[in-house]
Amino acid sequence: MANADTDQSVYYVPHSGWYPVVLALGLMLTVTGLASWLNDTKAGEPHTWTQSIIGFAMVAFVLYCWFAKVIAENQQGLANEQLKRSYVWGMGWFIFSEVMFFAAFFGALFYTRSIAVAWLGGEGAKGIVGDYLWPEFDATWPVMSNPDATAFPGPAENMKAPSVSSWYAYLPFWNTAILLFSSVTIHWAHSAIKANNRKKLIGWLLFTVVLGIIFVGLQIEEYVIAYTQMGLTLDSGIYGSTFFLLTGFHGFHVTLGTIILIVQLYRAIKGHFNSQDCFGFEAASWYWHFVDVVWVGLFIFVYVL
Amino acid sequence: MSEVIHAGQQDDHHDDHHDHGPDKGLARWLFTTNHKDIGTLYLWFSFAMFLVGGVMALVIRTELFQPGLQFVNPEFFNQMTTNHGLIMVFGAIMPAFVGLANWLVPMQVGAPDMALPRMNNLSFWILPFAFGIMISTLFMEGGGPNFGWTFYAPLSTTYAPDSVTFFIFAVHLMGASSIMGSINIIATILNMRAPGMTLMKMPLFIWTWLITAYLLIAVMPVLAGAVTMMLFDIHFGTSFFNAAGGGDPVMFQHIFWFFGHPEVYIMILPAFGVISHIIPAFARKTLFGYDSMVYAVASIAFLSFIVWAHHMFTVGMPLAGQLFFMYTTMLIAIPTGVKVFNWTATMWRGSMTFETPMLFAIAFVVLFTIGGFSGLMLAITPVDYQYHDTYFVVAHFHYVLVPGALFSIIAAVYFWFPKWTGKMYNETLGKLHFWLSFIGVNITFFPQHFSGLAGMPRRIPDYPLQFADFNMVSSVGAFIFGFSQLFFLYVIIHGIRSGTPAKARAWEGAKGLEWTLPSPAPYHSFTHPPKVTDEEVHA
Repeated sequence: MANADTDQSVYYVPHSGWYPVVLALGLMLTVTGLASWLNDTKAGEPHTWTQSIIGFAMVAFVLYCWFAKVIAENQQGLANEQLKRSYVWGMGWFIFSEVMFFAAFFGALFYTRSIAVAWLGGEGAKGIVGDYLWPEFDATWPVMSNPDATAFPGPAENMKAPSVSSWYAYLPFWNTAILLFSSVTIHWAHSAIKANNRKKLIGWLLFTVVLGIIFVGLQIEEYVIAYTQMGLTLDSGIYGSTFFLLTGFHGFHVTLGTIILIVQLYRAIKGHFNSQDCFGFEAASWYWHFVDVVWVGLFIFVYVL
Repeated sequence: MSEVIHAGQQDDHHDDHHDHGPDKGLARWLFTTNHKDIGTLYLWFSFAMFLVGGVMALVIRTELFQPGLQFVNPEFFNQMTTNHGLIMVFGAIMPAFVGLANWLVPMQVGAPDMALPRMNNLSFWILPFAFGIMISTLFMEGGGPNFGWTFYAPLSTTYAPDSVTFFIFAVHLMGASSIMGSINIIATILNMRAPGMTLMKMPLFIWTWLITAYLLIAVMPVLAGAVTMMLFDIHFGTSFFNAAGGGDPVMFQHIFWFFGHPEVYIMILPAFGVISHIIPAFARKTLFGYDSMVYAVASIAFLSFIVWAHHMFTVGMPLAGQLFFMYTTMLIAIPTGVKVFNWTATMWRGSMTFETPMLFAIAFVVLFTIGGFSGLMLAITPVDYQYHDTYFVVAHFHYVLVPGALFSIIAAVYFWFPKWTGKMYNETLGKLHFWLSFIGVNITFFPQHFSGLAGMPRRIPDYPLQFADFNMVSSVGAFIFGFSQLFFLYVIIHGIRSGTPAKARAWEGAKGLEWTLPSPAPYHSFTHPPKVTDEEVHA
């Protein structure tokens, strides 16, 4: 009891610092630069990336300093058990917020697919408007021919999964296998930390990073095929919209997760982790499992069903 | 437990060697990691935004003083209604509650500071930049957002001014700020409570903020998703909200209100917490039905996720959907009724006095209940067909947000003012502020029920002659209310400069750990966890 009290008495409240306000400034420069760029592009005017790049460089630099400082504080022993629990709660709720971000896009997929497209095709009492506006529109999923086929030409092909027997030639299946396996390898890396086996930790972590990079590479390959051979683009109607935003944001998160894992790999090589003190690694692995679970959802609802 | 020493007695002699006071000058406010400094920043920021949004409201009321177009053009009027709503919701009410949380959560749970102090500063400093972007859109070519605070597609996509791109990123920034702020509050509440403060011994302000923070983390990312889809529809040719490409503009409304309805409770649950502190303090009784208050707040939070389409009854939903959302919406009246009953029962046979915070709290109970009843009327689907998009809706949500959320914030400022500043405001001035606000708010919004029931649509700069009298009354009330908030500023500054010194327990009936600290509270609240005594819980 007395021990717990002593620990709490040194809950580390950091000194004031310039990171947050500079990070906020960097974010502002990034997004306003991006918005100007988008608007200028849309208006067909000359545009520049300069402001966004400066802003993003500020964001990246501050994040680097900030994380480095938190790691250094931990190494100096300033972070007690209670502070570490704050980080655990923080990471958990951050992942929950990410889940809800994807929920918005999955919601859009379910709503358009089972409600909006059906009504546009004339189904039920609400189908009368669709019947009146676009009588020739046929409600199918994936939507290959859009209600207004001139404004939104549909894709020539889609990404739907073939029958299970020919999955060996189906790229998303291999991506699924890669990502699922990477969840296992990161678990093995975690077990290695718990056994204080640094060599194994570095090995499995490196393996996971490689799998992550392969996954992102194959996603890029898939997008190239979609754009160049299948006519499946962002502007090919609701199927392309949901397909690219769901898989695109997932791919973005895998990229982010891979960067986080590379940082953990660097820290593992520097010997930061031991079986008692490895939350940086654990947070990264939670994030990795999270993007894996999202992918399983994507594979089922975007590709297979 | 022998080593647990009361922090209030402890501060002066023990902590100097590892304590760090505030920086000097501007650096203190830019770089701070202190929950009180950040709370102060939030509160002053929200007051500034309240004045900006208030000026916009007065532009609206000036134009509506008489029928006809005489003061602003319709295009600018639309920008005013849109930005008034957005600034009041995201810039005034929400940051004010986060400011209160920053000040009070560490003191009420017995913690030294917020769990993640640097991120706390980041959450705040994103906001001035986000609102800088949003307000700057008004000066851009083509004007600022003009599509209503709910920014329905396709008004906000196909037909939007170019500045909508900036608006979208401003919303992203606000969302990031809210999510980080909420994570911080949850981590503080779940991880930093003094030993002995179990969940069911937490003050109600803590309970309501815990649940509010959960709602924020659940729905702000959904809003981010909605504006991201808008961004892609506008700039990258997707068709989420365009039926020609197989999408659906109604889907925007579904996603928006899945965020928007919990958002409504984000703005009222902390108010419930504040009122649950003030009424017991001035009735000199413990709160009636603590447990049921907690369960009521949790039920309201749960229900907030399954009622969203009651904002969309006239959009063309299947009958089954309308029935579902009508009944779930009406269910909310039950936990809300529990709360109003408990506040009233707390006052029953109490030794009541009527200082300024109590006046605002009682006005809250009465006027918020009026807003609740008009909400119940709007929940009835066939009746909503008549009321939808009329001034009756405007009257309804202003009754829950102005004498509801805003009054609770003002009440909280008066109630905890002595703890924050160490001074007592002038009670006569405070009461004057209350009566001016109370009269002004009712003159402004009560007539809008009548013009709404008679069919006056919202968001228009001109109206038929038959609504002239009600609108004139409403505009007079708006100016009374608006200028009495400048008087509020005077009362506060007067209190800070020449208020009389306040005792540690500034109100004799006030309970809770924050009142065991000296007034003003020390820079770091509880460097050592205090002892949680039975008298200080369930206040």
